Amino acid sequence: MKNLADLRKIKEKAKMEMASREKNVKYRVVVAMGTCGIAAGARNVMSALVDEIGTRSLKNTVITQTGCLGYCDQEPLVQVFEQGRPCITYGKVTPEVARKIVADHIVGNKVLSDYVFKQN
Amino acid sequence: MHRLHVLVAMDSHTIAQGARSVRDTLVKELALAELTDEVKVVETGSLGIYNKGVVLVIFPDNVYYANVTVLDVTEIISEHFKKGRVVDRLIYKQAPADQDIKVDELDPRFGKQQRVVLKNAGVIDPESIEEYIAHDGYEALGKALTEQKPDQVLAIVKDSGIQGRGGAFFPTGVKWGFTAKTQSDVKYIICNADEGEPGTFKDRLILEGDPHAIIEGMALSGYAVGASRGFIYIRGEYKMSIARMQRAIEQAREHGLLGNNIFDSDFDFDIEIREGAGAYVCGEETALIESIEGKRGEPRDKPPFPGVVGLWGKPTVVNNVETLANLPQILLNGAGWYKKLGIPDNPGTKVFTMVGNINNPGLIEVPMGITLREIIYDIGQGIPDGKGFLFAQLGGTTGGILTAKHLDLPLSVSSLREIGAGMGSGALLVVDDSQCVVDMVKNFVEFFNHESCGKCTLCREGTGRLLEILEKLSAGKGSVKDLSLIKELSETMMRGAFCGLGQAAPIPILGCLRYFEQEFIRHAKDKVCRAGVCHLETAAEIKAA
Amino acid sequence: MSDLSRVDKIVADYKEQKTPLIYILKDVQAEYGHLNDEVLTNVAKATNIPLSEVYGVATFYSLFTTEQKGKHIVRCCNNAPCHVKKSKDVLNKIKEYLGIEVGETTPDNVFTLEFTSCLGLCAVAPVMMIDDEVYGNLTPEKAVAILKDYKLKGVSNA
Repeated sequence: MKNLADLRKIKEKAKMEMASREKNVKYRVVVAMGTCGIAAGARNVMSALVDEIGTRSLKNTVITQTGCLGYCDQEPLVQVFEQGRPCITYGKVTPEVARKIVADHIVGNKVLSDYVFKQN
Repeated sequence: MHRLHVLVAMDSHTIAQGARSVRDTLVKELALAELTDEVKVVETGSLGIYNKGVVLVIFPDNVYYANVTVLDVTEIISEHFKKGRVVDRLIYKQAPADQDIKVDELDPRFGKQQRVVLKNAGVIDPESIEEYIAHDGYEALGKALTEQKPDQVLAIVKDSGIQGRGGAFFPTGVKWGFTAKTQSDVKYIICNADEGEPGTFKDRLILEGDPHAIIEGMALSGYAVGASRGFIYIRGEYKMSIARMQRAIEQAREHGLLGNNIFDSDFDFDIEIREGAGAYVCGEETALIESIEGKRGEPRDKPPFPGVVGLWGKPTVVNNVETLANLPQILLNGAGWYKKLGIPDNPGTKVFTMVGNINNPGLIEVPMGITLREIIYDIGQGIPDGKGFLFAQLGGTTGGILTAKHLDLPLSVSSLREIGAGMGSGALLVVDDSQCVVDMVKNFVEFFNHESCGKCTLCREGTGRLLEILEKLSAGKGSVKDLSLIKELSETMMRGAFCGLGQAAPIPILGCLRYFEQEFIRHAKDKVCRAGVCHLETAAEIKAA
Repeated sequence: MSDLSRVDKIVADYKEQKTPLIYILKDVQAEYGHLNDEVLTNVAKATNIPLSEVYGVATFYSLFTTEQKGKHIVRCCNNAPCHVKKSKDVLNKIKEYLGIEVGETTPDNVFTLEFTSCLGLCAVAPVMMIDDEVYGNLTPEKAVAILKDYKLKGVSNA
């Protein structure tokens, strides 16, 4: 890193990579993996998602992680981003629900309304 | 299966503007139109669209309706749901199917929040430096190193008026000033990530969610005061924070953002992590320095202050995680921008953690000057199970007690000081009326007694004796005389304890005594616990005798 | 205690670091399970730090122990935010299930029960930490189920 131009090059490249990485990707599934999420069971949710997407060899779906969103009581939280669609946030996700998210939402294109994140 | 989903945004703003009645009308009219099997109404959190009234999203059509009232429901059903014709006059936006909607616009966020220090947390992958850079990361450092002199950076921070977010609210720029003007061959920057104040987890969220912001903040601080080495002291229990921070440091080194000649500027800076080994008192800055030096984490005499004589005797800036993570934003957007957030005495935002008996526990970033009522009842959505509000404690276990009469007080450092409380770490513990005040105070004192480092007699013995008295009261073996003893001990500790722990521990004790004296008297005299929490074993015996 | 030569090796690992005593003690504890007098004497010798100081540090921090503990360390939080969410009920159930008090180790040396100070997971209170893993939203029943899992397979993430 020599100067600001170098930094901006990385920035542009990172932005392009993030965009191209998602070019063939229809769904981006984001799991909140803060300690609170993990305390509530996010790891098992993550592995269920990875497993389910792997078993179904879904090429159009990527899984990423992020930190805590600040809604710790709703953890584990899973967000499904789809191009051109509203982001759906699911709360209190169990490994079973995670598998359903893959089957119903990503494959079946139906929102699992019972698990949509809600404020009390 | 439902062919359409209607998402109704339910947050404090939309509810205040009638979201509940819109939802109820929708459900009712859908039933009348016999569409219940086809269209499902789903409540969701805030969609991040504010001041647009009640917001509905139709999925999968991806249509956003704003300012919806109960009168619009019939038209939406007959036009959109039945005939597939979008109701243009209500449209907020309709994204073309091939266009990605910006994440920020759609992220569910509570209406009153303003995220500055948390802008990346929960948005970027914290293990990717590229994602941080893509979100303007290291831009402030690059600009500072290539275009600004250290004293210019210091001047901007001073001018912004940012105050230390560890809880003391000392002006950060002034603190840096002491170190900047002290001549020394070596100076240090320490990031205090020994977050341990009960109820506080704001720093954990930044450490886990946006570690590069801390690195950038530390480097900026190092540049401003002339330090080339930094330490992050993270408590040993924060395993994930340590791992994420370690990874971030390595990535920054690989990209030349830590190390020698950063941005080809002759500025060297590197950071090491130091893990705590379990001691609350190490959050006190001089105790923390002792701990980094490998010793028992007992506080030092002040003065000299660490800014002049700190780590290994060298000038040292100790800043809190939240303070440091604010710096890149301040440098990027300017001091004027920062001052406009919050209130004149306390610029900027504050991260609060809402815990205890509250419907929506969690973490929020709001401008200074917000009221307790807004936090508890709007953002936090009130107290569960229809219970009443007993008191709130702001700033962790050493924090002051706030009662119902303080609900509308705008929260600022000075307004809180006037009532003998403080902002502290921003932890807001809400206590409902099924809890017993004496039992709560006993719990606070158990904590202090456990965490007292033992260096000074007043804190070590004071917390021990206070605990004995409270145990007696809570067991129904106390007397009214004990109350004045509690007061006397507390006041003595406040005046004479060596460090902040012993000086602050009496704050919640005296606060509870002041506002709930009757409850203490009933325990002492009548052996009655209003909440039925304390086991007043002797009460029955006395009656029998 | 048998072989104390590993103390020297650990101390040597940190020779580049200024004031590394806490790190050395952490590694030594990981190696030997606890920091008894014999181990601490060797650390003092290898580091050239007075035994009194080494002992002082080892007994100051709650993550260090001078006694042999169980295979799994269960740390329950009872700070105010957990307390108002009925952490005492969880703790009492754990005590009953394990048959020990806080600070004690089960006779089979599987569990040691301790308190932890706030872990910053208050929004999922009450919480406990077993070894390095954290568990939230506990009820007395859930806590026991997790402990049963540990007993059976040694690992769990509920």
